[in-house]
Amino acid sequence: MGNVLIVAEQSGGHLKKASLHAIAAGQAIAARTGGKVHVAVLGKGIGAVATELASFGVTVHAADAAGLEHYLAETFTPVVVELAKGLGATFVGAAATAFGKDLVPRVAARLGAATATEVLGFGGSGAAVTFLRPMWAGNVLAEVDLATPVKAFTIRPTEFPVAPKGAGGEVKAAAVADPGPLPTRFVEFKEVKSARPELTEARIVVSGGRGTKGDFKELEGLADDLGAAVGATRAAVDAGWVQNDLQVGQTGKVVAPELYVAAGISGAIQHLAGMKGSKVIVAINKDPEAPIFQLADYGLVADLFKAVPELREKIRAGKGS
Amino acid sequence: MPLKILVTAKRVEDPESKIKVKPDGTGIVTDGVNYKMNPFDEIAVEEGLRLKEKHGGEVIVASIGTDRSMTEIRAALAMGADRGILVKHDGPLDPVVVSAILDKVLEKEKPDVVLLGKQSIDDDQNQVGQYLAERRGLGQATFASKVESLESEAEQKKQPGIVLSADGKSVRVVREVDGGLVTVDVNLPAVVTCDLRLNKPRFASLPGIMKAKKKPVEEIAAATLGADLAPKVVVKKLSEPPKRQGGFKVADVAELYAKLKGEAKVF
Repeated sequence: MGNVLIVAEQSGGHLKKASLHAIAAGQAIAARTGGKVHVAVLGKGIGAVATELASFGVTVHAADAAGLEHYLAETFTPVVVELAKGLGATFVGAAATAFGKDLVPRVAARLGAATATEVLGFGGSGAAVTFLRPMWAGNVLAEVDLATPVKAFTIRPTEFPVAPKGAGGEVKAAAVADPGPLPTRFVEFKEVKSARPELTEARIVVSGGRGTKGDFKELEGLADDLGAAVGATRAAVDAGWVQNDLQVGQTGKVVAPELYVAAGISGAIQHLAGMKGSKVIVAINKDPEAPIFQLADYGLVADLFKAVPELREKIRAGKGS
Repeated sequence: MPLKILVTAKRVEDPESKIKVKPDGTGIVTDGVNYKMNPFDEIAVEEGLRLKEKHGGEVIVASIGTDRSMTEIRAALAMGADRGILVKHDGPLDPVVVSAILDKVLEKEKPDVVLLGKQSIDDDQNQVGQYLAERRGLGQATFASKVESLESEAEQKKQPGIVLSADGKSVRVVREVDGGLVTVDVNLPAVVTCDLRLNKPRFASLPGIMKAKKKPVEEIAAATLGADLAPKVVVKKLSEPPKRQGGFKVADVAELYAKLKGEAKVF
C-alpha cells in the first residue's frame, strides 16, 4: 500500500543529481505510508544509469528503447503510467526540473491525479500526506491536500537531501509498448556547454544583474576562482547578456548553495524567490537602499567593477599562503 | 493558412504587489492589491497576435473567474484579440478544474493552436497546458522560447517565435529546458505554453482600448459545461515563510574577505 514511483532523469546516459533528491522525498513518503519506493528511468542505452540508481536500495524499472532516446512527454507518459498502475503506486513524483514539470502533470492527467509543483516538504499525519509548496513567488507557503486517489508531485531539489546508498536494490526491465502515431516529434537539442558546475548543484553561485551593464567578465572570473556556477537575474538574461538557463528566480532556477554572491542585483522579489534559501548571501551593490541588502549576511556598498577584482586578488593571495 | 488561435488570460495579483497572508491562514489580504493579466498569459496573447498577423485567422481569448475577469479579457482584446469567452466560476480554481473547463471550451471552439502562459504567478503550479494536452490527446510544447534574444531584429519586427510548417499541419517550437534549447514539431491542433523569452508583449493602444469595448465576449456559466468543478488541489492553510535575518554590512572588501573566511568559512 502507498507505493511511491519516482521518475528519474538522465541525459545521454548521465543521471541528473536532482533525481537523487526526488528519491529521498519518495523515501520520506514511503516511510509514512509503509509502501515501497520504485524508480523509473527511461531512455536509450541507460543500463549504467539503472545500475547506479539501484545502488540507492530501490527497485529500478528501466525502459530502454530506441524510441525513448529523446525525451518527449508523449512517449514517456504511457510507460510511466503503465508502471504506476502495475505497481499500485499512489504517489508519483519527480524533481521539479524542466523535465519533471513537463512530464509529471501529463502523467497525472492520465492517472486522474492532481499534482503539487515545487514541493518543499510534507505535512499531515501518518499515511495522510499533505504537500508544502510555495505560492506567489515564494511569498506564501501553502499546505495543500490532493483530493485524488493517486497524488502526483514535483519536488524542489534544494529542500531534500540526497538519498543514501542502500542494499537490496535491483533493476527490472520495464515494458515499452508502441505508442502509435505521435503528435510531437523531436527535432534537435542545442546544448549550452559550460565548464562550470551546474547552477542548481554548485556549492557557490556568483550572480549578476543589471548593475553589470552586460559585462560578466569579472563575475565569471570570480566564479572560476571559486569553482562556482554563474547565475543571473531575469533582466540580465532578457538583455541577452548570458544564456537563458542561468536565470535564478521564481520562473528560473531555484538555488540554495553554501555561498551566493549577488553583484549588481537590486533584489526584486522574483529573484529573491530563487536564492533566499542560500546559506550565506553576499550582496555587492552601489545603491545602499537596494532591497538585496535586507537579505544579505554580508552587504558591501561598492562598485562591483572595483570590489570584485579586489576580492579576487584576496582570494588568490589567500590560496597562495 | 489562416489559424484559429485560442489564448488564455488569467486574472492574478500584480507581481509588484505586496502579498500578505490573512492571520487565520485562509487566504491572502486582498485590500490594496492590484490585479492584472498573468504576465505569462500576456506573452501567449502577444504570440497569438503575431501568428495571426503572419498567417491570418482569429485570436480568441478565454478566461475563467467572476465578472472581474472581464478586465483581463478586455485587456487582451485591447491588445488586438478578436473576441472573448468568459467562463463564469466563483469557486476555487486549480489546474485540474481549469483544464477540465478549457477542455470543454476547446471541444466547442476547435482551435488550431492553444497558447497559454507556462504558469500563473499566483499559485505557480505550471500544469494547465500539460493537463489540457493530455485531456484532448494533443501534442504539447511547454516553455516555448526562441533562439533569437529579446533584443534581436526578429523581435523588433514582431515575428512569431512559433513557426507554422509549409504544409500548415504542424508548428515548430523551441523549448527552454535545463542545459539548452530543444526544438520540437507538434501537429495541429497543438497546445503551447509560453516562457519569458518568447516575446515582449505589446502595450494596448488607445484606439485598441476603444475598439475592445465593442468586441464580442461570450459569457458561459461553468456549471453548464458538464466539467467536474470539484477542486482537487485543496489549500488547507497558507502561512508566511520564515523571514531571513540579514542586513549586516561590511565596510570594505578586506572585511568581506575576512568574514567569509573566518566567520562563514566558505573558503
